Amino acid sequence: MMGAADLNIPVRMKEQPLLSVRDLGKRYGQRIGCRGVSFDLYPGEVLGIVGESGSGKSTLLSCLAGQQRPDEGRILFDGTDVLALSEAARRRLLRGDWAYVHQNPRDGLRMGVSAGGNVGERLMAVGARNYGVIRETAIDWLGRVEIAAERIDDRPSAFSGGMQQRLQIARNLVTGPRLVFMDEPTGGLDVSVQARLLDLLRGLVRDLGLSAIIVTHDLAVVRLLADRLMVMKSGHVVETGLTDQVLDDPQHGYTQLLVSSVLQV
Amino acid sequence: MIMIENLSKAFTLHNQGGVRIPVMAGAALRVSPGECLGLTGQSGAGKSTLMRMVYGNYLADGGRILVGDTDVAAADPREIVALRRATLGYVSQFLRVVPRVPTLEVVAEPLLRLGVAGVEARARAADLLARLNIPERLWSLSPTTFSGGEQQRVNIARGFAHPYPALLLDEPTASLDARNREVVLALIEEAKVRGAAILGIFHDEPARARVCDRLVDVTGFTPGLAA
Amino acid sequence: MTGPSMPLAAVDPVAQGDHRLKEPPGPPPQQKGHRTQHDEADGGEDQKAGEGVGGRGHSVTRVMSDYNFAYLDEQTKRMIRRALLKALAVPGYQVPFASREMPMPYGWGTGGVQVTAACLVPEDRLKVIDQGADDTTNAVSIRRFFERTAGVATTGHTEAATLIQTRHRIPETPLTEGQILVYQVPIPEPLRFLEPRETETRKMHELEEYGLMYVKLYEDIARHGEIATAYAYPVKVAGRYVMDPSPIPKFDNPKLGGCAAIQLFGAGREARIYALPPWTEVVSLDFEDHPFVASKADHSCALCGAGNSYLDEVITDDRGSRMFVCSDTDFCAGRQAAGKAGSEGPKEGA
Repeated sequence: MMGAADLNIPVRMKEQPLLSVRDLGKRYGQRIGCRGVSFDLYPGEVLGIVGESGSGKSTLLSCLAGQQRPDEGRILFDGTDVLALSEAARRRLLRGDWAYVHQNPRDGLRMGVSAGGNVGERLMAVGARNYGVIRETAIDWLGRVEIAAERIDDRPSAFSGGMQQRLQIARNLVTGPRLVFMDEPTGGLDVSVQARLLDLLRGLVRDLGLSAIIVTHDLAVVRLLADRLMVMKSGHVVETGLTDQVLDDPQHGYTQLLVSSVLQV
Repeated sequence: MIMIENLSKAFTLHNQGGVRIPVMAGAALRVSPGECLGLTGQSGAGKSTLMRMVYGNYLADGGRILVGDTDVAAADPREIVALRRATLGYVSQFLRVVPRVPTLEVVAEPLLRLGVAGVEARARAADLLARLNIPERLWSLSPTTFSGGEQQRVNIARGFAHPYPALLLDEPTASLDARNREVVLALIEEAKVRGAAILGIFHDEPARARVCDRLVDVTGFTPGLAA
Repeated sequence: MTGPSMPLAAVDPVAQGDHRLKEPPGPPPQQKGHRTQHDEADGGEDQKAGEGVGGRGHSVTRVMSDYNFAYLDEQTKRMIRRALLKALAVPGYQVPFASREMPMPYGWGTGGVQVTAACLVPEDRLKVIDQGADDTTNAVSIRRFFERTAGVATTGHTEAATLIQTRHRIPETPLTEGQILVYQVPIPEPLRFLEPRETETRKMHELEEYGLMYVKLYEDIARHGEIATAYAYPVKVAGRYVMDPSPIPKFDNPKLGGCAAIQLFGAGREARIYALPPWTEVVSLDFEDHPFVASKADHSCALCGAGNSYLDEVITDDRGSRMFVCSDTDFCAGRQAAGKAGSEGPKEGA
């Protein structure tokens, strides 16, 4: 029998948060997009944000990922004040340490560029100038997302929806980001394709030690992917906690309603 | 290894007029390394509730649940995640996995999450699956298509893949035939020998008698039933 | 460009009237009948497309006094000069300018003409070339336009010119200090084909995000086994801006850098001006394992025998016979005048 001590278990408790969010708020005129959102995300942690349409989860994600500027609050990434960064530095973050997986792969891919070019773009953006190395890396990543190497010169328009989504993931992860934002990553996919993607994401998150923030309305997705859950309603966070605890022992009335509304299979 | 003090719990049903149902009060117990403690009490007395609270699946309203150095009743989610990863194992009655993932990967996953090399983790998973008489031709298939008994054994293999210092077992021998039941009981005995603290629910009385060192009747912790 | 293979009378300088070329004329017009190497997107030009802007078949070019010197009014020229100065101060950066309507269609060099107009002084000696040739419709038209609106002297000799307006070539003869080379540019934005949003491409230039430019080269290699981009090959200027050198063949790219002359680029339709001051460092983009190569047809000129000049492939009859000749007519004529000859010599050209 192996002992726990033989397994060299990493001690994670003393780490600093990778992302630290305080009192984040965004208004659209009189309407509240999101308000008073605070949380810490640690390295290797996956945070799920759930809520129905209009709950503010997408607004929150776009504020976190730098697509919208929040009206109030602070975002620290690895100790750096993200909102105080110059645009150049912020964009450098977006193609280096951060990645964003769109719900619709067409928003995250260059449809007129080959699969290899799509995966290679981030590498070239951070200075890769050796064609052979770029291509080898692209082939490796296509393999990791279960796309055959011989498809490397095909354009994404020739791919199925599930393949496009996997290609988008490869394109995002190729530069080894530390934080991945995902907006409904399994939305719009067939159930069987969803499962394959979930498995893939789980493996990648585990093997690469990624931190991730996943926005979805699908509670089954967060149960399988997220360590922690944040439940949003009307722009506010109504409940947070360990994913299975929030789903199995919800404390807030809205969460109880949300959980009990899911069809059982 | 596991110590529970003055634990209380109530469910509040916000969507049913805010009804508050107390389900546990003053619960206390202690499990030492190498010891197996059996929870008893009639159905609905709160055995599973208590087990889920120890695992952090249900939130405690008051009291302490110490597993090693971690107070599950007060810990951050990420502390519980870390606790579950390395220290506290749980074999539930239901298998919950990503569809399509091969059985061998399902069983190896707890080790992979700990950073154990893939080859080593899969070898350990294969050992356990073989021991629990899951035919090798099924290892590459998803367990979601398996029979109830097979799923239960996959669940057990997964729970025993990593030598957790503390282990929660919810009906581990239910729906198993005699041969596999024997394997599971042997696994539990081996875990005790290596020093695991085990908290279990066993409806199977001979099994309970064989592996449990002590029994605690949870009826005494249940408001309304205890009186 | 497709068309009959017969020699085209329309491009014969003699048939078009005196264009004040006092120097020996270029090669016989037959040799310019068909060009198969460059059919550019800005097209619109057809060598048969009729007479140029100023051309009415007069035997003597008359200077028009109804217009301001060099057609444009002084305020417009000042505006363009300010853009030019800014462009020279920030090499490779695309400066917006208030491009004017010119009496010629877009694609005929409206950007280049405006830049030339803003630079011309009465003492200038102007040379206009189109794909290396002085005698094509476009070149003849623009040359005559300035003869009539500015009354400046013109020349076919690269060395003799003070200002050269060009479409798609850099002269073979090295340029010297004091000369200005003005390029006609159809699409100034090198990132355009991969990123259609102007707001985004400007941001990419601002932040030096040029990964996308390499995606284009990557796609080339992936599809063709090499960087197949043969013209408008992107360059990095002075270590900063990525620039489209206009649709010159990549053979000409090495002449962009370390050039003694001032190089000005005008895009009329897109209203952009950019520039390379003398002696600017210009590097063609490439990969470590697929380095830039300034390629040309693997022949020497059939007329002058030059082995190091850019060649046009010319169809000479209905049976598909062809030959390779210098695209730079002045360079070729100069070599022939100096007694150099290629395989075809002067015997067939006449």
